[in-house]
Amino acid sequence: MSGMSREEVESLIQEVLEVYPEKARKDRAKHLSPNDPSLEQSKKCITSNKKSQPGLMTIRGCAYAGSKGVVWGPIKDMIHISHGPVGCGQYSRAGRRNYYIGTTGVNAFVTMNFTSDFQEKDIVFGGDKKLAKLIDEVETLFPLNKGISVQSECPIGLIGDDIEAVSKKKAAEYDTTVVPVRCEGFRGVSQSLGHHIANDAIRDWVLDKRDDDTSFQATPYDVSIIGDYNIGGDAWSSRILLEEMGLRVVAQWSGDGTIAEMELTPKVKLNLVHCYRSMNYISRHMEEKYGIPWMEYNFFGPTKTAESMRAIAAHFDDHIKQKCEEVIAKYQPQWEAVIAKFRPRLEGKRVMLYVGGLRPRHVIGSYEDLGMEVVGTGYEFGHNDDYDRTLKEMGNATLLYDDVTGYEFEEFVKKVKPDLIGSGIKEKYIFQKMGVPFRQMHSWDYSGPYHGFDGFAIFARDMDMTLNNPCWKKLRAPWQKTEESVEKVAASA
Amino acid sequence: MPSVMISRNKNGQLTFYIAKKDQEEIIVSLEHDSPERWGGEVALADGSSYYLEPLPAPPKLPITLRAKRAGEG
Repeated sequence: MSGMSREEVESLIQEVLEVYPEKARKDRAKHLSPNDPSLEQSKKCITSNKKSQPGLMTIRGCAYAGSKGVVWGPIKDMIHISHGPVGCGQYSRAGRRNYYIGTTGVNAFVTMNFTSDFQEKDIVFGGDKKLAKLIDEVETLFPLNKGISVQSECPIGLIGDDIEAVSKKKAAEYDTTVVPVRCEGFRGVSQSLGHHIANDAIRDWVLDKRDDDTSFQATPYDVSIIGDYNIGGDAWSSRILLEEMGLRVVAQWSGDGTIAEMELTPKVKLNLVHCYRSMNYISRHMEEKYGIPWMEYNFFGPTKTAESMRAIAAHFDDHIKQKCEEVIAKYQPQWEAVIAKFRPRLEGKRVMLYVGGLRPRHVIGSYEDLGMEVVGTGYEFGHNDDYDRTLKEMGNATLLYDDVTGYEFEEFVKKVKPDLIGSGIKEKYIFQKMGVPFRQMHSWDYSGPYHGFDGFAIFARDMDMTLNNPCWKKLRAPWQKTEESVEKVAASA
Repeated sequence: MPSVMISRNKNGQLTFYIAKKDQEEIIVSLEHDSPERWGGEVALADGSSYYLEPLPAPPKLPITLRAKRAGEG
């Protein structure tokens, strides 16, 4: 419990909304709610995936961010062309810290920025010729690339360029995969539609490439990791657990992934979905077309990790189940030591989260394992089904906020007074200046991995490092200190 | 005429997933659910209803079909 009753949370929301004009207030009220774990469906208490109100500060991204930045970008052996003006690619370059193995610029290209750098004349006369030329240059300069994706920026859709035609022509010419992705930034209300478009592009242009190829030697234990972007090495710390269980990870989507892995995914026995929001579409497609079941799992925090490993093992035979128990037993002393060390330092601390994708609900278990409590959570671009899954994870009358605005988030923090905030870079410095410890939870504040048992140790250390940092006690100027604290200093001197 | 995916969840219930809306609902009733005829009017847990063109046999699930909003004719 956040220490606030339902009525208190409701009146807090009303209080915060008071400054808005009536229409905006009415709209925003639908996106803010105290949690009610007894509900089955979130739409009874919260509205999501709706257009942000003009004039309010939202931190959402665009469809291009969802496609290039999230889904396609981490595929390491493909070249992802940011087709359009130079900024979109340059300002998002290497921002998500999707780790990969390979030699950048030779056989891996994740952190590089390829762009067609649109100029006025390309807008006026169309940019198809430029795209064709760009693909020629890419093939000359980077012969070890295994494919190209064309990530459209806004102008491509506005001027109606035919990137599909160019892609088909060049794919035939070089006998390679060229995927046109119609992820213009103006599509949809957030990056979420970009994920969907990217998934559909994979479905249409990549997934069925090896349907007639029988040379792949399948085993009964083939799985793929879907929706793990290897932020700070997350997919690796998940993968080793699965491999220790006796499973064979055929593909990683898409952190440290390759196009060959994606083409082979239809041959696996089970799809393991970590980020449901960005990759459920392709999982549903593979279930229908290839009959591959999929399941969501959660590798944050030892409790949830062990739970998920058992749930994964339940899809396989006794051999895997037994090995799963062995792996859990093997790591138990390790994470128990982590909890013994950090829990006394973090017990009872209250956390507010505001992130995207899977984290607003998945990391709750990690905090709970450390004796911390999540008192507020929200998604940047979640849909109803995300909130359905969140209701049960959160305590009664905790705050839920969808697409929260900068103002609302600040006010909530002032009133709820959490000990720690986990959100993005745009919030970080506001809250640090307010004197609230903060972790950037989009890419783990330049740390990680946080997945699996190994990741949990890093997670616990990071939270302790942030929360118990001595700097938070030094924020008040000496002459503003109360007498009591001055006396304490005098006594200790 | 949204494209919908019908599948069975782990509790054995039929679910109705509208991709465009990202909405997943449990099917509470299906007009024709026999070996010779499958489809027709579908009622969902949220109270809305849709119409599926009846199929000659129960399909292999999951399956993507075109659904009409009931009452659209």
